[in-house]
Amino acid sequence: MNEMAQLKKRRLALYGWMLAAPALALMSLFAFYPAVATFWHSLFTRGTTRRPSVFAGFENYGDLFSDPTFATVAINNLIYAGVTIPVSIFFALAMALWANAHIPARSFVRSAYFTPTILPMIAAANLWLFFYTPDLGVIDQITGFFGAEPTNWLGQPQTALASIIVVTIWKESGFFMIFYLAALQTIPPDLREAARIEGAGRWTYTRRVLLPLLMPTTIFVFVNAMINSVKLIDHLFILTKGGPNNASKLILYWIWEMAFSYFDTPHAAAMTMLVLLTLGIVAVIQFRLVEKRTHYR
Amino acid sequence: MTAQTPFIEINSVSRIFNGGNGVHDLSIDIPRGSFVVLLGPSGCGKSTTLRLIAGLEIADQGSIKIDGKDVTNTPPSKRGLSMVFQSYALFPHLSVAENIIFGLKVRKTTKGEIKTRLAEALKVTGLEGCEDRKPAELSGGQRQRVALARAIVAGHPLCLMDEPLSNLDAKLRHSVRKDIRDLQQRLGITVVYVTHDQTEAMSMADIVILMKDGRIEQAGNPGDLYLQPATAFAAGFVGSPPMGLLPADALPTDVIPNGLAAKDLIFGIRPEDLILTTEQTGDMAGIPATVTGSEFLGAETFVYVAIPGTDGATARLPGRVHLSPGTEVSLRWAGAAAHWFDRETGRRHATAATSTAANAPSQTTEFQTSELQTTASLPSSPSSLLTL
Repeated sequence: MNEMAQLKKRRLALYGWMLAAPALALMSLFAFYPAVATFWHSLFTRGTTRRPSVFAGFENYGDLFSDPTFATVAINNLIYAGVTIPVSIFFALAMALWANAHIPARSFVRSAYFTPTILPMIAAANLWLFFYTPDLGVIDQITGFFGAEPTNWLGQPQTALASIIVVTIWKESGFFMIFYLAALQTIPPDLREAARIEGAGRWTYTRRVLLPLLMPTTIFVFVNAMINSVKLIDHLFILTKGGPNNASKLILYWIWEMAFSYFDTPHAAAMTMLVLLTLGIVAVIQFRLVEKRTHYR
Repeated sequence: MTAQTPFIEINSVSRIFNGGNGVHDLSIDIPRGSFVVLLGPSGCGKSTTLRLIAGLEIADQGSIKIDGKDVTNTPPSKRGLSMVFQSYALFPHLSVAENIIFGLKVRKTTKGEIKTRLAEALKVTGLEGCEDRKPAELSGGQRQRVALARAIVAGHPLCLMDEPLSNLDAKLRHSVRKDIRDLQQRLGITVVYVTHDQTEAMSMADIVILMKDGRIEQAGNPGDLYLQPATAFAAGFVGSPPMGLLPADALPTDVIPNGLAAKDLIFGIRPEDLILTTEQTGDMAGIPATVTGSEFLGAETFVYVAIPGTDGATARLPGRVHLSPGTEVSLRWAGAAAHWFDRETGRRHATAATSTAANAPSQTTEFQTSELQTTASLPSSPSSLLTL
């Protein structure tokens, strides 16, 4: 083989590694290494001054599955994800369709929808704390006007999780709307006219043309919503702290609690690994199944 | 054709947009089975007219009838027509076959019929073998044919086309032009076709409707438009290279038709009617001009000449002509080849003949004051109905 060509090939390979190196170094330091370390840590018992930590295999994982709180928290998070993801996507799409139509004060409508996104979650949670205040809050003022009894929305197990879910949807929909709005604006108006001439009504057009064309956006939004359903727990600190009786506790909050309130880091690590595993599996399924049926332009 | 009721009747329709564009008081009759081209520069209202027929725009006033039925306020899908868009408007996520049968599916046509119609449309447009491809995997010409197939698959008697060839390259455009014309004649459908390209209009149309500023400038068969342009605008728009239009006072007074004042006239001459001579002597003296350049095109040569006091003119000479820029020439033409237009209104002065030649002013000039039929559609007439 030509020596010069070989040299050039090698130089190109080196160049590629040089480009990848900074990202690789940072990712290794702040993502890959911590993940591996967490896994390693999850295999040991909790060490105290009297009893140093020893290798325990998957004992920590076994403890988790026999802990009833784990079941509660996992089910809470499933409900939380199962409601916030589809509902916020639905609202985002509906708002985008409306804000994209020719309506008066369009830019006002758009910015109004977007406002919750600009607020930090902590601020939004404080805002909603006032809304939910029994008797004095906006919600009870309104329901009281119709003669309903004051409700302790955040303080009773039946309504706590639902109240948290409402705040999340309120916060997320406006953010996702922006993506839908951007996607809608790339769809040429000709398509709608062509569909109209072919006899498609508004609903047929939406179902057969608009939604399929928005599919890439929907996948993007879906992945984001799913990640948020696990990682977005800021409002729990303000609103319920996971209570009452774990009724509104989500997995990440529980991990945080275990690691930094009870200092039980091995169990927290095991929990973290389970979350990572679940998210990984869901992501693979998503890309395998949904991508196949999606049209990218 | 006149005895038959027109297939499409547009009756004093106006649709005016903010900013004044649109169509004003438009009346057109389109016979069944004809190929009608709406021609004009951008912003002339030709696309608006098409969209009014399609039902994508609603007329502010006036009425539109298709096949004897008043469809002024009927939604597009109920008008029994199909449309080919400039962008083709193919659904990017659907395969070729799905694109073509989109409308049939929406209308809940039976599976068997969809299958036969799809097969037929694919055959007619030569798209067999591409059924499962997505529009992004097709060439521009193929996409255009998918749009055509979608338009004919439903078997509607009327097909509207909005500049369907403007995204194709010149060579393909020429062959598709012929294909569309053949298809229209084979299926016997009525086609209303919008374009700004006069070559397309002249080569395809049964009837050309030339529009300007939301009004009809002239309507008629391509021959009429070329030989008897009703206005100076029509004269300049139709034909390539365009007709030379010169203010008549730049011409020698002896060529002006009798009874008309040179300052009120525009003189028009087709490039092929101009005769160039380099001899200045003899009794054959014409208008003096200077050659500014020439283009050799194989079968013919375009020679550009400057005439003092005008924008110049173009002469179309057969074969190869060597005239270097700066050559002094003399321009002549057969008297009947001259077109005279009013400088104020742009309207044609209908003349049977002016002088037979530029150098024979002594001959009597006959004048026909009666206007041509088509001039009834000129902007000055308040509400004009064209019977084509």
